[in-house]
Amino acid sequence: MRYSGFRVLAEGLRGQRGWAPVWRDPEPKPEYDVVIIGGGGHGLSTAYYLAKTHGITNVAVLEKGYLGGGNVGRNTTIVRANYFLPGNQEFYSHSLKLWEGLEQELNYNAMVSQRGIIGLCHSDGQRDALARRGNAILAQGDDAELLDRKGVERLLPFLDFDNHRFPVYGGLLQRRGGTARHDAVAWGYARGADRRGVDLIQRCEVTGIDIEGGVVRGVQTSRGGIRAKKVAIVVAGRSSQVAAMAGMRLPIESHVLQAFVSEGLKPVIDNVISFGMGHFYISQSDKGGLVFGGDLDFYASYAARGNLPMAEHVMEAAMSLMPMIGEARVLRSWGGIMDMTPDGSPIIDKTATEGLYLNCGWCYGGFKAVPASGDALAHLIATDRPHEAATKFRLDRFATGRGLMDEEGTGAQHNLH
Amino acid sequence: MRLTCPFCGTRDRREFTYRGDAVGLSRPASTEWGPDWDDYLHNRDNPAGETRELWYHDACGAWIEVTRDTLTHEVAGSRPVAEARR
Repeated sequence: MRYSGFRVLAEGLRGQRGWAPVWRDPEPKPEYDVVIIGGGGHGLSTAYYLAKTHGITNVAVLEKGYLGGGNVGRNTTIVRANYFLPGNQEFYSHSLKLWEGLEQELNYNAMVSQRGIIGLCHSDGQRDALARRGNAILAQGDDAELLDRKGVERLLPFLDFDNHRFPVYGGLLQRRGGTARHDAVAWGYARGADRRGVDLIQRCEVTGIDIEGGVVRGVQTSRGGIRAKKVAIVVAGRSSQVAAMAGMRLPIESHVLQAFVSEGLKPVIDNVISFGMGHFYISQSDKGGLVFGGDLDFYASYAARGNLPMAEHVMEAAMSLMPMIGEARVLRSWGGIMDMTPDGSPIIDKTATEGLYLNCGWCYGGFKAVPASGDALAHLIATDRPHEAATKFRLDRFATGRGLMDEEGTGAQHNLH
Repeated sequence: MRLTCPFCGTRDRREFTYRGDAVGLSRPASTEWGPDWDDYLHNRDNPAGETRELWYHDACGAWIEVTRDTLTHEVAGSRPVAEARR
């Protein structure tokens, strides 16, 4: 079924009786060409691009819960390509381009909104650093504009510009950045994959990975064994546990990142604002809620909830930046489980086991990566060569020390990002 | 979350700084780079459940080893790293 405005109108007149389930609920087959472990944003986009770009449709996505029930449903929906280091730059640039064509391609309303993202600076030195970053982004071929204080005032008149600790000197604007509807991204890719013949199998937990003589043969699941020529682990948030089934110990420690949403308000924040010095960022959803978050809690956690010190810090940063936010009431908060790598950058690579692929380590940046991550992993699975936009996301970069991508410049060690 | 400093008692989490997995106490003997150093610096068991980890008590300067559940944040115990090393 193709979606359109006309369709919505026609179904409205016919009592909404013509809608069909968006994807099938198939029983697992005994064997697939490719099994993807994990039905989140990255797993579903991988399945979609395997089918669409490479014509590989004998594919199963195995999800222990429900589609999109993990981190793709627990983030702050921001889309951007304002990275500084080679490796990350070309990858997120590719991802943003895919975001821009996503809804037409999927025939699905993912509510991609290029409302612009503004990173603020509060000193001359920071402004110079932003100018350098902006130039790097321009050299990569993406957009960046350095705003002076007046430029920021025009867009964000409600900030506390003369804050004693962090006066606003200016900012770096990327107009093509913005937000998207997180669940719809997962659903859109799921529908696109299903329509091309991919089996999306929910409530199917992988309990083991079958390896013979260094070659992957399939997986054991809560719904029986499934043979596969190739298997991809795409389970950010549980990567260490699933990789352990293949005898691997990953350079990952799981941390909790909290986010918050206010009650629904009239439109007040048009853009995405990033207040790096306060580890705070905020945007307003189309439903009206102010969606905001801060830094990691900074201890290992799978609890999917954080503690009060970081919640307090986030509220304090919000009040410092925009005192008007004190009038809003917080509706709810949540925590995502972050695969933190030592250098803060992700991994898309083969493993020592033939036919076993790994996509993990998205730290706190996985949402914006969903399209390019799937595209790159699908390319790697189909051709056994890395996608040109993801050549540097290697698993062995920590062991060799070559090709580290430490955006923050704090060192490639755990607990520094 | 509250942690127990063996010297000061149970205190708010704000008084402590997380210093990573307790693997940090097992520094390899070798002075050459190798898989043991890669494991020591980078690779982690990263358990969903009970874990042993290092915290620094900012207030008194003690390094402590805390046993904690990463699924519930429940703290089972703590001891000075000098004891944990033995």
